[in-house]
Amino acid sequence: MIVTGFARDQWYVAAYGHEVGRRQLGRTILGEPILLYRTEDGRAVAMADRCVHRRFPLSEAPSHLVGDQVVCGYHGFTYGPDGVCVAVPAQRRVPRTARLRSYPVVEQDSFVWVWIGDRDPGDTTPPRAPWLAAPGYTTVCGMEPLNARYGLLVDNLLDLSHETYLHGGYIGTPEVAETPITTEVHEEAGVVYVSRHMDDAACPPFYAESTGIRGRITRWQDIEYHPPCLYLLHSRVAPVGSPPPAADGADRHAFHVEVVYAITPSTEGSTYDFWAVARDFALDDERVSDFLRESNRAVVLQDVAALNTLEKVLAGEGEHYQELSVNIDTGGLAARRILARMAGESAARPRSAAP
Amino acid sequence: MTTGDPGTAGGRAVYRIHWAPGTDNLRAVCFCGAEEEFEDPVALWDWLLGHPEGHNPRPAPESGAPVPAAALV
Ligand code: FES
Ligand SMILES: [Fe+2]
Ligand SMILES: [Zn+2]
Repeated sequence: MIVTGFARDQWYVAAYGHEVGRRQLGRTILGEPILLYRTEDGRAVAMADRCVHRRFPLSEAPSHLVGDQVVCGYHGFTYGPDGVCVAVPAQRRVPRTARLRSYPVVEQDSFVWVWIGDRDPGDTTPPRAPWLAAPGYTTVCGMEPLNARYGLLVDNLLDLSHETYLHGGYIGTPEVAETPITTEVHEEAGVVYVSRHMDDAACPPFYAESTGIRGRITRWQDIEYHPPCLYLLHSRVAPVGSPPPAADGADRHAFHVEVVYAITPSTEGSTYDFWAVARDFALDDERVSDFLRESNRAVVLQDVAALNTLEKVLAGEGEHYQELSVNIDTGGLAARRILARMAGESAARPRSAAP
Repeated sequence: MTTGDPGTAGGRAVYRIHWAPGTDNLRAVCFCGAEEEFEDPVALWDWLLGHPEGHNPRPAPESGAPVPAAALV
């Protein structure tokens, strides 16, 4: 079954760094309304987005920032960046319990990560996607809200054979669905890898337009999923016959695109679909940036439309729907298993293809 | 530019599954070296995760074999 429970005590992407500024931003993550903003010295902070007084959202006007503090727009309760209430209108004493829950924040690789859980993160840090903010790469990115449970997006991203059917004309070609895959699960690290190396494939418009390659390509897709939130697709594209990467990792004959998704559950039936595309070629070419931004957004919206439809169907079927897993689902099943364990679900066994 | 080199991450507990579309068989390889063919990924995971039950390691486990994401640059 698709995992529906939330994995708490984990890092989740709440926003891009550029979305968090001197205006409040409200996001709901794992069902918790969260207020994000930046202090005057540039630090991103996160706290509960509900005033302790009568629960007015602090992210909504007329709530506003004054310096590093946020003032509730309803009756004026005022909070510091640590969530502690510092002023209550018309009285001198601030009740000691007047504080907003505050959330640990890590800003990394262009993402603002928040820790959702009951214990402290301790030494746990969010997984990395260094390309998004590294020299030598140019990145385009966006976020599309999805009206579907997060498990549907995990399933979708772990099986790229759907590119051939759902994304023909952008990134799908017949070879994607036809090429052998290798799946690996690193149990202790909790990482799922799915690899598909196409030796001789048609070059879809997404890569032909951006790289300028005219003929057939060698196309590698190496997925690295770090449950619950971070998904990396290392994409390597080179004209057929180009030399493979050197032993030291140098690979100047190929084009590299790092496709990154952050899968952040919002509510039981909605998800933030963060997507980013980093490339190591045509770094300053605005037309390539515009093209990749538009193309990837179009692809994401195709997924969003399909998954929104699927969510409606599944929600209408309640707990008792049946599904059938086949070979292309090997990686997705592994991901479900790890997520179910993280979410503390025991009986997340999918139905078997065999009777 | 590779993160999380799977060759060193996670110690020994690595499960590997090979599938060539066009064939219906999945070949599961346990970290202990045991291998088994399946036609159903659900049965496959049951077997893999059931280690050591029913696992008969081969003489030469493929511990030195390259892993996919590590082949990346
Ligand atoms: S609801 Fe915020 S001050 Fe009253
Ligand atoms: Fe897709
Ligand atoms: Zn075994």
